[in-house]
Amino acid sequence: MTETLSKTDQPPAAASFFAGGIACGPPWLQSLRRQAQAHMEQNGFPTTDHEEWRFTNVASLRQLPLHAAESAARAIGLEEIKPFLLAPDGYCLVFVDGRFREDLSNLPGDGAALRAGNFQSQWENGARELEEHLGRHARTDATFFAALNTASFHDGAYVIVPARTEIEQPVQLLYLAASERPGAAVQARNLIVAAQGASVKVIESYASLTDASHLTNAVTELALAEDARVEHCRLQNENARAFHIATVQATQGRHSHWLSHSIATGARLARNRIQTVFTGEGGEAILNGLYLARGEQLIDHHTVVDHAKPRCESHEFYFGILAGRARGVFNGKIFVRQDAQKTNAKQTNRNLVLSEHAMVNTKPQLEIYADDVKCTHGATVGQLNEEALFYLRSRGIGAELARCMLIRAFTNDAVKRVTLEAARAHLEQLLTERFEELRLSSHE
Amino acid sequence: MSKPNMLEIHNLSAGADGKEILKGLNLTVGAGEIHAIMGPNGSGKSTLAQVLAGRGDYSVTSGSVTFNGAPLLEMKPEERARAGIFLAFQYPVEIPGVNSTVFLKAAVNECRKARGEEELDAVEFLDMVKKKTKLLELPQALLSRAVNADFSGGEKKRNEIFQMAVLEPRLAILDETDSGLDIDALKIVSSGVNKLRDPSRSMLVITHYQRLLNYIVPDFVHVLAHGQIVKSGGKELALELEARGYDWLPGVAGNGKP
Repeated sequence: MTETLSKTDQPPAAASFFAGGIACGPPWLQSLRRQAQAHMEQNGFPTTDHEEWRFTNVASLRQLPLHAAESAARAIGLEEIKPFLLAPDGYCLVFVDGRFREDLSNLPGDGAALRAGNFQSQWENGARELEEHLGRHARTDATFFAALNTASFHDGAYVIVPARTEIEQPVQLLYLAASERPGAAVQARNLIVAAQGASVKVIESYASLTDASHLTNAVTELALAEDARVEHCRLQNENARAFHIATVQATQGRHSHWLSHSIATGARLARNRIQTVFTGEGGEAILNGLYLARGEQLIDHHTVVDHAKPRCESHEFYFGILAGRARGVFNGKIFVRQDAQKTNAKQTNRNLVLSEHAMVNTKPQLEIYADDVKCTHGATVGQLNEEALFYLRSRGIGAELARCMLIRAFTNDAVKRVTLEAARAHLEQLLTERFEELRLSSHE
Repeated sequence: MSKPNMLEIHNLSAGADGKEILKGLNLTVGAGEIHAIMGPNGSGKSTLAQVLAGRGDYSVTSGSVTFNGAPLLEMKPEERARAGIFLAFQYPVEIPGVNSTVFLKAAVNECRKARGEEELDAVEFLDMVKKKTKLLELPQALLSRAVNADFSGGEKKRNEIFQMAVLEPRLAILDETDSGLDIDALKIVSSGVNKLRDPSRSMLVITHYQRLLNYIVPDFVHVLAHGQIVKSGGKELALELEARGYDWLPGVAGNGKP
C-alpha cells in the first residue's frame, strides 16, 4: 500500500509544522529558509512512487506524534553522556534534543587554530563565515528532508579549519535524543569547512537516551578546498523506534581527499544520502559504509558521486549485514561528466543475509558521459559460507562461535578503513556487543 | 583383545543428493594403528572422510560408527573434533578475514574446555604454537594471515598437519594430503605426520597413490571400491597396487562385481 499525496495536500501536516516553526537566524538564512520551503513544496513528501524512495516507505513516519523537540525535561549530566564521548582528549560539541550544551562540550579555546561552535552563538554577529558555506553547496536542498532541515533547523555545529592547518585531535559532534515524549523531532545541522591544505577528522554520532520514538533529520555539509583532507565518520546507533534521515553533501576542490564512513546500526528506519561532487581536478573520495540491521529495521544508503572534473578517483565500499526481518537498501549513483576524463570510479556493495526473512535491494546507477574513464561496480548478496562454517566446526569451534567469527570477518575490511582511532575502537566494541547478542539470540 | 577399538564402522551406507556412495562399509581401527585407504577415483574415499567428520551434506542411510565406544554419528562436527577426531582436508577452505592465530586459539580452547581442561592464555598458546610450527617447518608469518587465504597449495596442506599437531587428536583422517604436493613438500608433511605417531593416536590415511605410503608407512592397507572395502592387507598391498593397478581386484572393475 503506497500513500500518495496530491500536490494540494503538500506539504503534509507534520512538515508544515516545522517549516513555519523556526524563524531564527540572520536575514541571509531567512532567505535560504524560504527557498527551502519552496523546494519542499516542489518535491513533496516522498512516497514509494518516487524512484528514489521505491524501497523505503517513510509513510510510517507521519504516524508518529511529531513535534519539534523541546529542551529536556530532566537534567542530563556529564556522567550520562560519557559513554558516548569517543575521544576524551578531542574537541566535542554536544547537542541534547537539538539544544547545544556548552557545559557538556569541549570547544577550542580562543588561541586555538580550530574554530568550532554552535550556530546560534554566531547569529548575533551576522555569522559571515557561515553565510559563505551554509546551504551553498550543490544539491543540498534537492530532497524534501534536506529542505525541511534548512527551512527549520534551530541550531547546529560548525567546524572550520584554517588554511594549511592540521588538527590532530578528533572533533566529535554528538547528538543525543533524551525526550521521553514520543515523536520529538530534531533538525540536526552541521557544517565542516577545511580551507586550502587543511586537515581534520570529525566524528558525527547519533544515539538515544530513551526508548521513545523520535526523528532525527540531519544535514551535514562539507567544503573541502584545494588539498584539504577530511575524515568524516558518521555513527548512527539510535533506538529501535527512531527514524533517522541524513543528508551528507561534500564539495571537493582540487586534489582534496575525503574519507567518509557511514556506520549505521540503529533506528527503525534510517535513510542516508551521502554525496560528493568534485569541483576541481585530482580529488579523491573514499566512501566506506557498514550497516547492521536486525529485527524490523530498514537501513538505506543512497550515495551519489559526481565526477564533474577530470582525473578524480572515487572508491565506494558498502557492506551490510541483515538479520531477522531487516531490510537493507543500497543505491550507488556515479556521474561522470563529459569533460571528466581519466576518471577512476569503483563501487562495491556486499551484503550478508543471515535470515530467510531479511532482504536487500541493491542497485548501481552509472551515468558516464566521458570516454576515457575507468568505472567498475559490483554488488553481492549472500549467506555465510557453509564450507567455511564446516571447516571451523571441524576444528572444535561451536556453530554459533563459528558463525560469529565469519560475520565478524565480513566487517573487517570496513572497520580497517576507519583510521580515526577513537571511532574504530568504539566500532570494534559495538560489533563485539552486537555479535554477542546475535549469538545469544541464535539459541532461541 | 581387551584393548577397545578406537573406531568401529559397521555396515555404513551414506550418500548425497539421493545417491548412495558408501554401501555397507566395514572397518575397524585400533589405537595407535595407521590404516591406509586406497582406491580408484569415485570409490567413496573422500565421502568416508567427510562422513566421519560430520559434514551435513552427506546423509547416513544405515549402519553405525563408534568412536572410543561412543556413537559418532549422533555427534555434531565440533563435538567430534572435541572428542579427538581431526580431518586434514583435501581442499582446505580459505577464510578471509579470520586471523589464523585467533582461529587456532579458539579451536584449542574450545577443545580444552570440552575436556575439562583450563583454557590457555595468550602467552601459553603462543609458546605452544611456536614449538609446533618448527615441527612442520611452517613460516610463523603464516599465522598472522587469514586462515588459508593466499596460501600456496603446499602451505595449505602443511597448515592442515600443523593444526593437527596443535590439536593433538586421537584419530586423524588425512584426506589426500599428498595431492598437489611436490616431493620436498611431501617429505616435510610426512615427517610432520610421523612425528605425531603415538601409541594412542590412530590415523586413517586416504590416498590415491602409493607414493605417500613410502613416507607414512601404514600398518594396514584397504582398497575401497564402489563404496565397500574389497581387499585388506599389510603395507605390501600398497606396493602390489602400485605395480598392478586396481583392476585385478574383485569388485573393482565396473562390470566385475562379485
